[in-house]
Amino acid sequence: MSALAPAVDTDTKPTGPVLELKDVTITFDRARVLDGVSFTLAAGETRVLLGPAGGGKSVLLKIINGLLRPDEGSIKVFGEEITTMSERQMYQMRRRVGMVFQESALFDSMNVEDNVAYRLNEEHMPLDESHKLVEEALQFVEMSQAIAKFPSELSGGMRRRVSIARAIITKPDLILYDSPTGGLDPITSTTIVELVVKQRDISHTTALMITHRLQDAFTLATHRFDGVANEMKLIPDSGVDENTKFLILNEGKIVFDGSTLDLTHSDDPWIRSYLS
Amino acid sequence: MTFASPTEFAKDKIAALQEYSLLCARSVYSLFTSPIYWGDIFTQMDSIGFGSLPIVVLTGFFTGCVLALQSATSLQEFGAVSMTGRLVSLSMVKELGPVLTGLMVSGRNASGMASELGSMKVTEQIDAMRALGVDPVRKLVAPRIVATVFMLFFLTIVSDAVGMAGGALVSVALLGLNLSSYFHASYLALVYVDVVQGLTKPLFFGFIISTVGCYFGMSTKGGTQGVGRATTQAVVVSSVVLIVVDFLISRTMIGIFGR
Repeated sequence: MSALAPAVDTDTKPTGPVLELKDVTITFDRARVLDGVSFTLAAGETRVLLGPAGGGKSVLLKIINGLLRPDEGSIKVFGEEITTMSERQMYQMRRRVGMVFQESALFDSMNVEDNVAYRLNEEHMPLDESHKLVEEALQFVEMSQAIAKFPSELSGGMRRRVSIARAIITKPDLILYDSPTGGLDPITSTTIVELVVKQRDISHTTALMITHRLQDAFTLATHRFDGVANEMKLIPDSGVDENTKFLILNEGKIVFDGSTLDLTHSDDPWIRSYLS
Repeated sequence: MTFASPTEFAKDKIAALQEYSLLCARSVYSLFTSPIYWGDIFTQMDSIGFGSLPIVVLTGFFTGCVLALQSATSLQEFGAVSMTGRLVSLSMVKELGPVLTGLMVSGRNASGMASELGSMKVTEQIDAMRALGVDPVRKLVAPRIVATVFMLFFLTIVSDAVGMAGGALVSVALLGLNLSSYFHASYLALVYVDVVQGLTKPLFFGFIISTVGCYFGMSTKGGTQGVGRATTQAVVVSSVVLIVVDFLISRTMIGIFGR
């Protein structure tokens, strides 16, 4: 991945939190989907966003990427307030953010190469240069063989992997994963989680990941990627990754924000019931 | 089935009109600022313009044929069958050419735009495009507007021409008229103002068809069922608005030019 193009000049990388939300609220059809959501995400941290379906997790991710605008509250991405940004300014901010959508959201009229190189092509990067980066990104997600295929020819798991390649090709400073394992079988889910772990431990990219599967969340917290063996391995002595933390959203409110150990030792009856 | 209160209904309609106006404004604005997606504009021109050519030619030709046939029956009563060419050319150039071409293109392309953009919307491809730093209005909507306005203008000219040719065929083959007198009557009937009126309409119609099609596509909700609903609404709304605008343009033109 070393040759992947950086999205921004390294001088502009933030020193404070990558993401800072304060009292974010959004209402759809009189239903309050997010109600005063506040949290921060430090550089290099991976935050797993858990919660029951319909709790506002995907909406939260879209708000962070400026795809939806909140009714109230403040959102700072890389230290810049995005709620007051114009759409044009937002496009500049999004160049530093990679997003993996729930259903992959690959462009079905383009092949894998054009999908992965979409942002590079928009920036008019020379074709041979972008082709090289696409090959590297696809190699990272182990999908090199599918470079000429169309999304309709790929399985659900393969589409997610291509989607991850599209998100990481510009080496973003923040990656947002919207249920990357949703609707996949357990084996394929583990493969996707392994890619997330690989991205976390090799590129040290700040990430926010939604998942419905507790198993995936704990795999992320208890495993580390071994670059030599090229596989994910359990952290010895029941250890956990210190940079992986948890956030639980229920009915639009944050009910938990803390480390893996805080979560497993929580006394909150609702959290205990959710985890069981 | 639940009924919305009149207030909610009115609010929804006004909000939809506001969204539509904003989409139009943003699309037009994006045509005057970079980047302009010329490649997409030419692709859409090929799809909308060249792709619609067969239906426009067939519709125009047979409308001209029927017009000549029907008008000859009435003109015969006054011993004025020789005026068939005049009637066909005036009707085709001022009214039927632009309106029928508009309706055909609306049926084919407003539905196509709504379903294509609607499918992209429900599968989050539009959001993905925004997340990848590309403005979907600039990339998807503006090229369709330019292509439809530009190509509908030329499709209308084609429709007018084949309509008059159809009228000529019927006049010569079935009514026994002389070909040169038919075209002479057609030529004499038309003045500059008629052509201006007939070619102003497709500019408005093209804008309506593309913006309505794109608006319903971009505001699709509710999965595949929503795509179907958006497609139907796009065709119905663009066709009805097109006919209403046709009346308004005709009235304005008659007011300005006196015919």
